Amino acid sequence: MGFPDRIERTVELAHPRASVWAALTTAEGLAGWFGNEAQIDLRVGGSVRMTWTGGPSADMRIERIEEPSVFGFTWHIYGLPEDDPRRTYVEFTLEPVGKGTRLTVVESGFAQLPEDGYRKAFDGNTEGWASELSDLVEYLNAT
Amino acid sequence: MPPDIEAIAEQVFVALADPTRRGILAALASGGPATATDLAERLPITRQAIAKHLALLAEVGLVTAEPGERRRVRYRLNSGPMQVAQQFLASLARDWDDRLDALTRQLERPRAVRP
Repeated sequence: MGFPDRIERTVELAHPRASVWAALTTAEGLAGWFGNEAQIDLRVGGSVRMTWTGGPSADMRIERIEEPSVFGFTWHIYGLPEDDPRRTYVEFTLEPVGKGTRLTVVESGFAQLPEDGYRKAFDGNTEGWASELSDLVEYLNAT
Repeated sequence: MPPDIEAIAEQVFVALADPTRRGILAALASGGPATATDLAERLPITRQAIAKHLALLAEVGLVTAEPGERRRVRYRLNSGPMQVAQQFLASLARDWDDRLDALTRQLERPRAVRP
């Protein structure tokens, strides 16, 4: 058993929601814990770009902003090709608990496959480089 | 039939657990489609052993057999099952525990450090 589609974590933080919200939704906040550098265009449809020392980076697309309680974005699934359309959805929920905040993060969509994913997994992509290269051969033959 | 992605991922991991099969897949990835004979020339194993491993890889769907020149069967890398396995690996690699620890530490930091 164990192909997780969904990851869920909850942490209790001894800080008010406004501080936690700032850590999640501002460039300086994100750069302090998530990555080494961050750029954020805080609006639905806006993007977040995280960069880590040594080169790796991630681009997120903001999907949900309900200050100060919900912040959601989608991002690329690690390891899949850059142009693969599959993305996971990450949602942070901030609930006040006394003077602090209960922060829940849920990331879901790891097990998603497109409609034809099952068939494709077995049939293989006879497309990709093979077909691109044969297109090139045809093109060169025709000229 | 619902897609049993975990079963596909498991087959990929079993296939990749063997160094010879990893060598075959790496050779196909770097050099493109090849026959068992081609692979035997490039790898330090017999053609018979390669044929046996190719059969297993074809069963898992990691390689596809196709007609090659002079009636020889050529094998082509098929990335579909690999992408399914990657989705599984991605869920393990997300590492929210470390990130949330870092967030907690960040919030604990003295105010003076933060602009």
